[in-house]
Amino acid sequence: MTPNDTAALRSYVEFDEVEKSFATKGGKVAAIEALSLTVDEGDFLAIVGPSGCGKSTLLLALAGLTTPTNGTVSLKGRTIAGPVTEAGVVFQNAELLPWRTALENVLLQAEVRKLPKGSLTERARQLLADVGLAGFEDHYPDELSGGMQQRVSLCRALLHDPSILLMDEPFGALDAITRDQVQMDLQNLWLKSRRTVMFITHSIEEAVFLADRVIVLSPRPATIAADIRVDLPRPRHVADRGSAEFTAYVNEIRDEFGKLGIFSDRDPVSR
Amino acid sequence: MAATKDKITRPRGVAPRPQRLLGHGLVALRGVWPAIALICVMLAAWQAISSAGLVEQYVLPAPWDIAKAMVSDAGLFWTASIPTLTAIIVGFVISILIALPIAIGMVYSPLLQRAIYPLLVLSQVVPKVALAPLFIIWFGFGTAPKVFMVVLIAFFPLVVDAVVGFQAARPESLMLVRSMGASRWQAFWKVRFPWALPSIFAGAKVAITLAVVGAVVAEFVGADNGLGVVITQARGNLDTVTVFAGIGFLSIIGLALFAIVSVLERVLVRGSRSGRSFEAAGSL
Repeated sequence: MTPNDTAALRSYVEFDEVEKSFATKGGKVAAIEALSLTVDEGDFLAIVGPSGCGKSTLLLALAGLTTPTNGTVSLKGRTIAGPVTEAGVVFQNAELLPWRTALENVLLQAEVRKLPKGSLTERARQLLADVGLAGFEDHYPDELSGGMQQRVSLCRALLHDPSILLMDEPFGALDAITRDQVQMDLQNLWLKSRRTVMFITHSIEEAVFLADRVIVLSPRPATIAADIRVDLPRPRHVADRGSAEFTAYVNEIRDEFGKLGIFSDRDPVSR
Repeated sequence: MAATKDKITRPRGVAPRPQRLLGHGLVALRGVWPAIALICVMLAAWQAISSAGLVEQYVLPAPWDIAKAMVSDAGLFWTASIPTLTAIIVGFVISILIALPIAIGMVYSPLLQRAIYPLLVLSQVVPKVALAPLFIIWFGFGTAPKVFMVVLIAFFPLVVDAVVGFQAARPESLMLVRSMGASRWQAFWKVRFPWALPSIFAGAKVAITLAVVGAVVAEFVGADNGLGVVITQARGNLDTVTVFAGIGFLSIIGLALFAIVSVLERVLVRGSRSGRSFEAAGSL
């Protein structure tokens, strides 16, 4: 075995010199530049970065929903060349289909994959109950709050027991209190199975609260500015956010953003 | 205060589905009574004007006489309705069968869209009524020219609204089913088509009323049977009562067809797409 092969086996997810550029009227704009990153199996990885820095593009590349301009993304040593069906994907908006009830939305996953619906209906009900939605199975999305909708979306992403969960700013549109609750739900679900998660967010607190490892991306074109391991005991609680360790991690990441010039003092008038 | 109390006894979103359907029906009934009342007032005024002899009978016959004619000559009108109704329904179904594939083609192929769209607009810019004599030259006085006219007039709103509908699917929803390994076929039937349904029905409601217009116009220009023919012949005899009775039957046909499309919409379009929730309707 060459060293290259063993490396491929060890890293569950591997971004190798990934570049992505978009054609615009003003010419090519590089969104991501020569980004390399490996993720271990079972790791909860959070990616934080300023808005528009290409975080979502990274996630879509791993989901096989967009192709990098250069470089490769691989999962379990296989280069991704099409939609990665063993993943579960959650978008910023819940993306529930309005003509389906909560349960039917979760079961969409089974229908498209042509999985046995009978046994998965039980699993779907169990997942909904796990996130506190027992009794809401037959409700249409417009009868559910934003937080409830996003929980349904999470259940849908987990129905087929994916080996990797890809979440693109899933809680970005929720209010602060709902957000805290849904973060707890996600952590509890994750602790049950410890599957690999790639979680995109623009909230530093959210990243530190949820993740084992936080990647800080620079503004466009995105490169990795910092790679920080979060060693906080689990399960983590909302109250832990006031702890010195938690605050230290948050400040460390905030300092990284400061170094990138993101929090530079701007004259409020000239803005 | 009692009314306010009634409204809040049903907890938000907890009512089971059959009750919701019933609720919709009751709301619909409550919704139409002002219109019915206004129509009654207008009919009464009309009857009063006619009874007072203010206008000649051949100019504006009394609504009561028209109603009597509609009942006593119902057999004749019914026989005349069948060819008209046939042309409307056949034309409408053909319009859907033509419009949906064209719309799907336009959504999936920008080239097709650029090729077809100007033709579509052109087909509507040409005064369709002016084409009716041509259809008679081509297809004779039977059902064919009527159906052709109905299709020409009804398919445009269907295509336009269907295109809007098929483009309404959220890109993220489509990405989501792709990540589940969905084929194009599945993505269409599970996401695109249901997203398009409300829009398709909006087009269908416009199209079904236009279809009635198309069939009657074709019959006015020249046909061997149908309600339009009855009306034209009665006009020739200055039999205004029969003209009005014919118009009455056409209105009933139009209303009934519109109602059928609306009921189909209510059955097929599930869940709310644009805040059209039953809570909003219930608070009327």
